[in-house]
Amino acid sequence: MEFIISILKAMFTPVFFSKAVSQGMPLLFGATGEIITEKAGHLNLGIPGIMYMGGIGGITGAFIYEMSVENPVGAVGVIIAVLSALLFSVVGGLIYSVLTISLHANQNVTGLALTTFGVGLGNFLGGSLSKLANSPGQINVKLTGDAFRTTLPFLKDLTSKGGFVGGFAQMFLSYGFLTYVAIIVALLAAYFLNKTRYGLALRAIGESPATADAAGINVTRYKYFATCIGAGIAGLGGLYYVMEYFGGTWQNNGFGDRGWLAIALVIFALWKPVRAIWGSIVFGGLYILFASVTLSTAMTEILNMLPYLVTLIVLIVSSFRKKREYQPPQSLGLSYFREDR
Amino acid sequence: MTNNSVHSKSSHLKEPLIRVARREGTSKLAAFFIKLLAIVLSCVVCLGVIYILTGSTPDKVASAMGGELFGFGTRQMNNIMNAYSSSPLEGFFRGLLSSKPFWRTIRDAMIMLCVAIALTPAFKMRFWNTGGEGQILMGGLATATVMIFCADKLSPALLIIVMLLASIAAGLVWGLIPAIFKAKWNTNETLFTLMMNYIAIQLVLFFNIIWDTTGGAGYIGMINKETHAGWFPTDIAGGFLGTENYIIHLLTVIVLTVLVYIYLGYTKHGYEISVVGESENTARYAGISIKRVIIRTMCISGAICGLAGFLLVAGSTHTIAKDTSDNRGFTAIIVAWLSKFNPFMMIFYSFLIVFLSNGSKEIATRCGLNEAASDVLTGIVLFFIIASDFFINYRLVFRHKTAKEEK
Repeated sequence: MEFIISILKAMFTPVFFSKAVSQGMPLLFGATGEIITEKAGHLNLGIPGIMYMGGIGGITGAFIYEMSVENPVGAVGVIIAVLSALLFSVVGGLIYSVLTISLHANQNVTGLALTTFGVGLGNFLGGSLSKLANSPGQINVKLTGDAFRTTLPFLKDLTSKGGFVGGFAQMFLSYGFLTYVAIIVALLAAYFLNKTRYGLALRAIGESPATADAAGINVTRYKYFATCIGAGIAGLGGLYYVMEYFGGTWQNNGFGDRGWLAIALVIFALWKPVRAIWGSIVFGGLYILFASVTLSTAMTEILNMLPYLVTLIVLIVSSFRKKREYQPPQSLGLSYFREDR
Repeated sequence: MTNNSVHSKSSHLKEPLIRVARREGTSKLAAFFIKLLAIVLSCVVCLGVIYILTGSTPDKVASAMGGELFGFGTRQMNNIMNAYSSSPLEGFFRGLLSSKPFWRTIRDAMIMLCVAIALTPAFKMRFWNTGGEGQILMGGLATATVMIFCADKLSPALLIIVMLLASIAAGLVWGLIPAIFKAKWNTNETLFTLMMNYIAIQLVLFFNIIWDTTGGAGYIGMINKETHAGWFPTDIAGGFLGTENYIIHLLTVIVLTVLVYIYLGYTKHGYEISVVGESENTARYAGISIKRVIIRTMCISGAICGLAGFLLVAGSTHTIAKDTSDNRGFTAIIVAWLSKFNPFMMIFYSFLIVFLSNGSKEIATRCGLNEAASDVLTGIVLFFIIASDFFINYRLVFRHKTAKEEK
């Protein structure tokens, strides 16, 4: 009992919360992107690879910029990093789209191949970029990284106050801009999927592409846009990780298997972006729980099972409750060929 | 009549430039050539990428791969080939059979084939077992456990048998859990098995810390380093097959491949699997118990994955770590799918993947580049092969061509 109380005490502190948020946001980006993709009926198992591609894309763009300009400016670096992260990850999404949508390839197989490719590309460029560019040492874009990490200028004054104001500032104001972008994108995705014509059409495609096609919706175009935009959003998750978390350096496999956690989060959130927001913070908390509890290192590894176990439980419980809105899109994973109707 | 012409005119206007149509009955030969073309094209692209990045010409790439995969150009091989200079062919084969790189390639391809074979029954049933990774790791973990605790209690032969059984049981359990949920509550198996991988990885990490032998680094390290208890002997048929051969892997997996082929193609169980895979409704009408088929098939799938873990731990790494399985559970999905359940194609693809990843790792190291380059190249080749499926199953119909056909 005391042990549980000690865990809870460690958990309900503003600092723990803010750490959970910064762990959770890459997952939120990934999950939002994957939700949009899955709502169009495509289970993109390439998301982990796409997140690596986004991360390395951002760092490559910023690296080239910082190398080629005499006095680089952080803000410009940020813009270039975001654009090149989007470029890399959308290219990843495009490869997946061409193969699964136009060429009717199997989605799981294509996704796994894309993950192999994307993770490889990230680690390859991360390890070789500085060598290829003939510059010494490890790839490092500290200037851009710092720009990504910029917080509100008066944050220090607020957090040092302590009490409610300090706690509030620590919990909600202590992040770089990408954190807020993640939440805004998730909210926009929720609005798009539930309140707009296009969103409803997209969901119709995910449930039954033949019906949507008969209703005059251009299934192929929607699927392409959903997959590519989803990939772009997921790529920002990788960018978040290398810039905001690592501060503009690349570590091989530094992002680890968290791409799969993003896919787990989609299930946890039952395909709803708003649930994914708090879900990502829960996952982030579970992921770093070991750091705030005094346990033997071995038990830490058991504790690190939690995000996956929780996802499994959600998966099982949602399959017990046959509620319609808790189910994945009906045609998820199936390719649509008009002539097969 | 006028109606008709108006109709054809309007349909002509709306006819897209390129239309996709299903292609029926592509001959196996044609399919093979399309695949071959895709592989050749992808290799050209890969060679181009390698040339741009490193400046290595294709002949350098070929010699690097030949050395890494078969041991060509090594001193040992040259010696043997010189000794048999009177009959170069015999010298070549003797050199090959005694070369370590050659046997390592065989070993890696056989383990890949073993996992692909394991996943095939499940895929044929349309059960997406993405949990191969976890099932391999659990099998490996069970093997390692037996190696650690029973090495001095059992006779060598008995030890190997207990290791084998433990690995099969562990893999089976890891495959059975998602199968039960799929059968009873239709829980999504792709995601379930995926999550089971990470639980297995965490378990492996946990035991690595508990049984740490490195003094805090968190690795079990080589098990039975001195006694070699539970290790596969690698010098069977000593002189002829070299001092480091993997003939046990080769024989085990080939026998297994044949068994699974017979099981799927020529038994009642195999027939039930393909009926469930084609249409669950048909299976239900035919009185096949879908639940039983799902559970039984996943037991087999998990058990063979566990066996692959046994081959890895007892026969190649002699330890268990987080990366012992090295994404084989995922790569084998691609191998199994690309081969369309055909065991001969599966052998071919297993070797192709191993050639690619081991060979390009060597090229990358020689050029001072990061090893991850091999994943990039493998990815490119896979994209090409995946795309080539389209041209086997579909054809493109151009607008003017159909207009002519209508006339």
